[in-house]
Amino acid sequence: MASDPATVDPGAPLLEVVDLVKHFPIKSGLLIDREVDQVRAVDGVSFTVNKGETLGLVGESGSGKSTTCRVVLQLLKPTSGSVKFEGREIAGLKRRDLRPLRREMQMIFQDPYASLNPRKRIGQIVGDQLKIQKVASGKELRVKVEGLLERVGLSPEHYNRFPHEFSGGQRQRIGIARALALGPKLVFCDEPVSALDVSIQAQIVNLLDDLQDEMGLTYVFVAHDIGVVRHISDRIAVMNNGKIVEAGDADQVCEHPRDDYTKKLLAAVPIPDPRESRARRERTGATG
Amino acid sequence: MSATPETAPVMPDAGGGPLLEVDGLRVGFATEDGRVQAVDGVDFQLEPGEVLAIVGESGSGKSVTAQTLIGLTRGPNSYIEGSVRLRGEELTSLSESQLQKVRGSQIAMIFQDPMTSMNPVFTVGTQIIEAIRAHDRSSSRKESRARAVELLEAVGIPDADRRVDAYPHEFSGGMRQRAMIAMGLALEPSVLIADEPTTALDVTIQAQILHLIQDLNRSRGLATILITHDLGVVAEVADRVLVMYGGKVVERGTLEDIFYDPQHPYTWGLLGSLTRLDQPRPHRLPQISGAPPSLLNLPKGCAFRTRCPHEFGKCTEVPGLDARLPGDPNHRDRCWLTPEQKKTLRDVEGRIGLEAPHG
Repeated sequence: MASDPATVDPGAPLLEVVDLVKHFPIKSGLLIDREVDQVRAVDGVSFTVNKGETLGLVGESGSGKSTTCRVVLQLLKPTSGSVKFEGREIAGLKRRDLRPLRREMQMIFQDPYASLNPRKRIGQIVGDQLKIQKVASGKELRVKVEGLLERVGLSPEHYNRFPHEFSGGQRQRIGIARALALGPKLVFCDEPVSALDVSIQAQIVNLLDDLQDEMGLTYVFVAHDIGVVRHISDRIAVMNNGKIVEAGDADQVCEHPRDDYTKKLLAAVPIPDPRESRARRERTGATG
Repeated sequence: MSATPETAPVMPDAGGGPLLEVDGLRVGFATEDGRVQAVDGVDFQLEPGEVLAIVGESGSGKSVTAQTLIGLTRGPNSYIEGSVRLRGEELTSLSESQLQKVRGSQIAMIFQDPMTSMNPVFTVGTQIIEAIRAHDRSSSRKESRARAVELLEAVGIPDADRRVDAYPHEFSGGMRQRAMIAMGLALEPSVLIADEPTTALDVTIQAQILHLIQDLNRSRGLATILITHDLGVVAEVADRVLVMYGGKVVERGTLEDIFYDPQHPYTWGLLGSLTRLDQPRPHRLPQISGAPPSLLNLPKGCAFRTRCPHEFGKCTEVPGLDARLPGDPNHRDRCWLTPEQKKTLRDVEGRIGLEAPHG
């Protein structure tokens, strides 16, 4: 999945994150809250994402990868650091000033069951933001949403259905349609396939791949499954304890890891081949 | 109801025969939309020290099969047919109170989500002690506590003496799953059913839990049923594999059979769609198109027919679970294709797969 060289301009990264920090206070005390300590969820993270490429963020739960996404998107206020989108600083912008940016950056969430409002119809879930951003309304809105549904592999007749009528894989397609409705440039995919069955995972990964080619999207793909991340990413950054411990070309990181934590992550991935997996166990000692 | 109440429901008088034997198990549920046949004829045998993996997607009937073994699917709207025998003793006809003695002490089960399968308002130790004392009234509180500490140590929880008084929320996901396993082992059962035990965990923790299950399985001669949708996990620990689809077993064989000589197209699809770190990445990930069928409305004939690119006329008849390979009576599958056809059809660009990915 090499990105199209024509769309990549190495001079101007689409997203540039420098020394991003997010600390959550731990408070204690009955009447007066005193800050006793901090959780350093994101602790000095820097990376760039070029147009048309996919950056994979891997790490265990608690490594800070999801928080990084949320802070970059300004869903959480960063403690310090800079986030530049197309060369413009967006860290610390006011809500109102962020609104136009929402058209440019979107997010696909992990849990297709929790991320769709059960009381809204699919058409509304996908189309609401078009209304809010005053992109389309009325008949035009409906046509647009139906087009999006088709594009992600659903059918236009699904417009009036409710989320509970769909399977996990279909719900994730709805989440993708919602993220793409405003024609964003950058999409954060936060564990988009980890809640899905293996055979459906491949469908969603391939769909994301196709959409990237068709719409010239740029992805930041977050997952704990380094196998899936390697498949979809051009570059991979490995996170541990709020820091990026290793970053580089996807194949390079997976085949010649330099950091011990990356090695540990790779060694834990099950090899779906009994003979290979036995050979690896013998190489690394009986217990992993 | 045949056993007299005085006798223990399960006698450890294993004369020959397998430890656990499941025969023609069928489980159906009455729903508003009609009867759902969640499990439609499952047979298997389990020996001590063996790991049997049951693989399938959501809705394939793998969890219902496991739950039925210990009577968790009993209810006014369920229909259970077939037989489940533990050391020759029929479990499906036991009364609820007799079955309760089997649960925990003979067959233990651990669940997918260690977050919700523990009671948040009791300490981990209390919950393990409760399990011990529910079955063995003679065990004192102190003895049970010592036993709980011992168990937590056995599953690799550091500082177990202190941790035994911790609440579930003070444990990480991996530790909680270890504590669940400790609880399962409390009464030294002979069969452990692990229903997606690692799905909610990180890969590094998953590897530890799988090795733990494998070690316990070897050191205690524990027979294990591992339910999972992840063939990577299966490759790491299983001895034998059942592949389920639409409530039926579509293929069964040894680990080597399933990975190196798979006979059913669904198994090919599962194997093909895995991402492999030890191989160059393909341009596109091979996928199984479509979605698992609704059990209310299964396709006529082979349930996989509608998603299978190799479908032909005969597929509208239900294929039996037969040994189709000469000289291998234990490797069985439900597919009408001949072994020769299968050999060529499953070869996709040098790997096993359902079909070449298009696009």
